Amino acid sequence: MAYRTKAVVMDGPAIDRALTRIAHEILEANSGSGALALVGIVTRGTVVATRLAERIERIEGSPVPVGTLDISFYRDDVAMRLSPEVHRTDIPFDVEERTIVLVDDVLYTGRTIRAAMDAIMDYGRPRSIQLAVLVDRGHRELPIRADYVGKNVPTARKERVTVMLSDVDGANSVDIQEEVDSE
Amino acid sequence: MTALSTRHIMTMDDLTTDDIMLILDTADSFAEVNERRIKKLPTLRGRTVVNLFLEPSTRTRTSFEIAAKRLSADAINMSGSASATVKGESLRDTAATLSAMACDLIVVRHAYAGAPQILAECMDTHVVNGGDGMHQHPTQALLDLYTIRRRAGRLEGLTVGIVGDISHSRVAGSLVPALRKVGAHPVVIAPPTLLPARPDVLGAEAATSLDDVLPGLDVAYMLRIQMERAEGMPFPSLREYARFYGMNAERLAAARPEMFVMHPGPMNRGVEVSSEVADSPRSVVLDQVNAGVAVRMAVMYLLLGGEDHGAAA
Repeated sequence: MAYRTKAVVMDGPAIDRALTRIAHEILEANSGSGALALVGIVTRGTVVATRLAERIERIEGSPVPVGTLDISFYRDDVAMRLSPEVHRTDIPFDVEERTIVLVDDVLYTGRTIRAAMDAIMDYGRPRSIQLAVLVDRGHRELPIRADYVGKNVPTARKERVTVMLSDVDGANSVDIQEEVDSE
Repeated sequence: MTALSTRHIMTMDDLTTDDIMLILDTADSFAEVNERRIKKLPTLRGRTVVNLFLEPSTRTRTSFEIAAKRLSADAINMSGSASATVKGESLRDTAATLSAMACDLIVVRHAYAGAPQILAECMDTHVVNGGDGMHQHPTQALLDLYTIRRRAGRLEGLTVGIVGDISHSRVAGSLVPALRKVGAHPVVIAPPTLLPARPDVLGAEAATSLDDVLPGLDVAYMLRIQMERAEGMPFPSLREYARFYGMNAERLAAARPEMFVMHPGPMNRGVEVSSEVADSPRSVVLDQVNAGVAVRMAVMYLLLGGEDHGAAA
């Protein structure tokens, strides 16, 4: 199946501005970064989490811990497919009594977030879990919503949302791609 | 590559080099889980794993059982004395019975070589060989590779000396081909009476003097002398065996400083390995046991995950 870019919904500067705003929102909602930790979902969620942590440190003057989570073993579709690549989970702090901000690039069905919450709970009992995403594209299949959203992007199910981040993809952009008949 | 090329793991021949590396990499992720406070994943919820152990075993069975339970699969143990086999049921009928109960994976240990093959032929279930006779014990070889890679940082180019009862050992039967597949160099070391007639068929270099080859080894893998078969042992005495083929402090001093000692367990202290060596930081025996759970979790995950049950992916 072939895809072609239908629209570029965020470019590099737009992503930067959205992340700066989210960093401020996280600090405002939690009255500072005291008990805060960010956990990114591999691969691009980790990149977004790292960028948010840099901004939070710049604003607050103190670093905020960042962890990375692979949810392959928590997915509800293990029986249907294996994850393409299993990465290591690394939570270098105690989650007990912390406010955990889960970070992902795209929020879609909510199943990844459900799996990520289960995974976090296996490390301990955080005081609360919040969710930050760069793009919310709708079509939820579970009662899950994000606390911080970079941009709401209405999409059709058949479309694809592609997030590119320079650390992984060499460029920064959020695109919507639509299917084209491949002849 | 994301899936294994095989449905069953009966011998090392079932696995390609890519398969082996996928299992070791996946095991790395599970090793991290085994260090957590809550050592359980929901991954194989609702799946049933039967450990059919028709020959006595504690560590391998326990290791498979823990691995299945940490993945939330239901693990059922069937042992030789408790099963219908003592009532005369054939292996084929046992297979048909287990198949009818719709279990997803069977781990089988059997006194006869080829028993896992028979099981696999007459049922749809995945079969993992947990040791068959004097033939193979593939998950042991996989956990050994995992342990070596963790300690040495690589597998390729390493010289691994396997010392002991080569001709009767299923551990050696799997470890030699496993080492060859990952580019390591196996050397089997034993008194001539414990060497197979054609070690070249096995694919390993053979030596009869441990002291001669010791300085060239990166790893010394000491096999267990099977005390239960002590009568008619093909060497004069255990003391003599220990003197010529046992790993002790003097031999450790003569080896490369980074060489480490492995043993599949259970150890006969003072025979294959002196107590001093077994408890030294150069022994990775407990790392092997630890790796066993992670590697078996990886094997179960890769065999049972990603199965298409007619559901759209």
